[in-house]
Amino acid sequence: MPNVKIPRKSTDTDMTPFVDVAFLILTFFIMATKFKPAEPVEIKTPNSVSTKALPENDAILVTLDSSGRVFFSMLAEKDPQQKMQVIKNLNETRKLGLTETEMLRFVQTHAVGVPFNSLKQFLSIPVDDQKSIRQPGIPLDSLGGELTYWIRDAVSAFYGKKVNYMVKGDNNAKYPSFKMVLGAFKKNDIFKFNIITMLEDAPDGTPLAESRKMAKNK
Amino acid sequence: MASIDSGGDGGSHKKGPGVKKAKKLSTRVDMTPMVDLGFLLITFFIFTTTMSSPTTMDLFMPKDTDKEEEQNKVKKSGALTIMLGKDDQVYYYEEKLKPDASNFLSTTFNGIRKIISNKKKEVIGNHIHDSKCPEVWQKHNGDKTYCLDTDLVIIIKPDTGATFKNTVDILDEMTINEIKRFAMVDLFADEIKLIKATEESAGIK
Repeated sequence: MPNVKIPRKSTDTDMTPFVDVAFLILTFFIMATKFKPAEPVEIKTPNSVSTKALPENDAILVTLDSSGRVFFSMLAEKDPQQKMQVIKNLNETRKLGLTETEMLRFVQTHAVGVPFNSLKQFLSIPVDDQKSIRQPGIPLDSLGGELTYWIRDAVSAFYGKKVNYMVKGDNNAKYPSFKMVLGAFKKNDIFKFNIITMLEDAPDGTPLAESRKMAKNK
Repeated sequence: MASIDSGGDGGSHKKGPGVKKAKKLSTRVDMTPMVDLGFLLITFFIFTTTMSSPTTMDLFMPKDTDKEEEQNKVKKSGALTIMLGKDDQVYYYEEKLKPDASNFLSTTFNGIRKIISNKKKEVIGNHIHDSKCPEVWQKHNGDKTYCLDTDLVIIIKPDTGATFKNTVDILDEMTINEIKRFAMVDLFADEIKLIKATEESAGIK
């Protein structure tokens, strides 16, 4: 009987295509990723059928968390000077006694949720350490509370621009606190808001679904 | 080093007996570490990426006013009042609340859509010809869904027990049903009483 020799195959496989695909995916994810700014609380926003995209600049964002705490942030990446103007203004009108470094720190902070009387203490902490502090939220009452002054100064800092007023609320936030936020805007004669939501499809068979279908077919 | 070996000296050119032949180096580079790193990065980016981008929903609030001439009038026949209670409960009544509260009904967020769309159909059905309507239709490229439902006004009254999600959901319901006139206002005292009584009898805390 002749010995049948099974040729030994190399276990080496050519990994090149594999690597190609892997790096293609990697590039895609790097491109698609946009890092979120550090937020003081995690907010689960409700869903809506609205399709309007979120503005990124010249906007005032009021965040409402599930326990009713309110945070204020300004989206002014293009021109940080606007944030500086707000804090300078508040420093004077509310006699906060902030130093130059503390004011610069405010420009770097994403969201503020402390009353005016503890703002100095909050801004004395480096930005990276602010995350570990539990902010009590900006005090609110039925007339708007301190949030009114934040909004007023931010509006004047954005003077001459089209400003978006955004409200980002948690699913479990209660309506009365939302109403107080609206009250603070209303006191500044602002009546048009953008509520931040997550996109969901229009339910089938409803008038909106029908008219969207019609618009698509046109 | 992984230099490219041309391998050109294997021909007629003969070397002396003492000269060693240069060892051919493989051009293959071990890619395993690179692949490892690549996948590590992929995993990292997959976890950090949030795919769905947030959207915004417009909300227009009216200015608070005490002057009667600035307030909007609501025709009784076209009014639907929706109240939001605790535990995702929805209460509603059509037209005006009767003194014995017999038209005060309760439903859920699943049921309210049907009620809104029925009300809309009813109002459109009751529409009496308006001479202004053809003008409005012309403005909207002959779209006859406009103007017929001008009498329809939905009044939204969230109670203190309602959540932000409830509020957004009901506003969304307005978009879904293409309700053009709606308002968000405060509850009346007798409505608060009714909601409280209904919640107590239904055992909602």
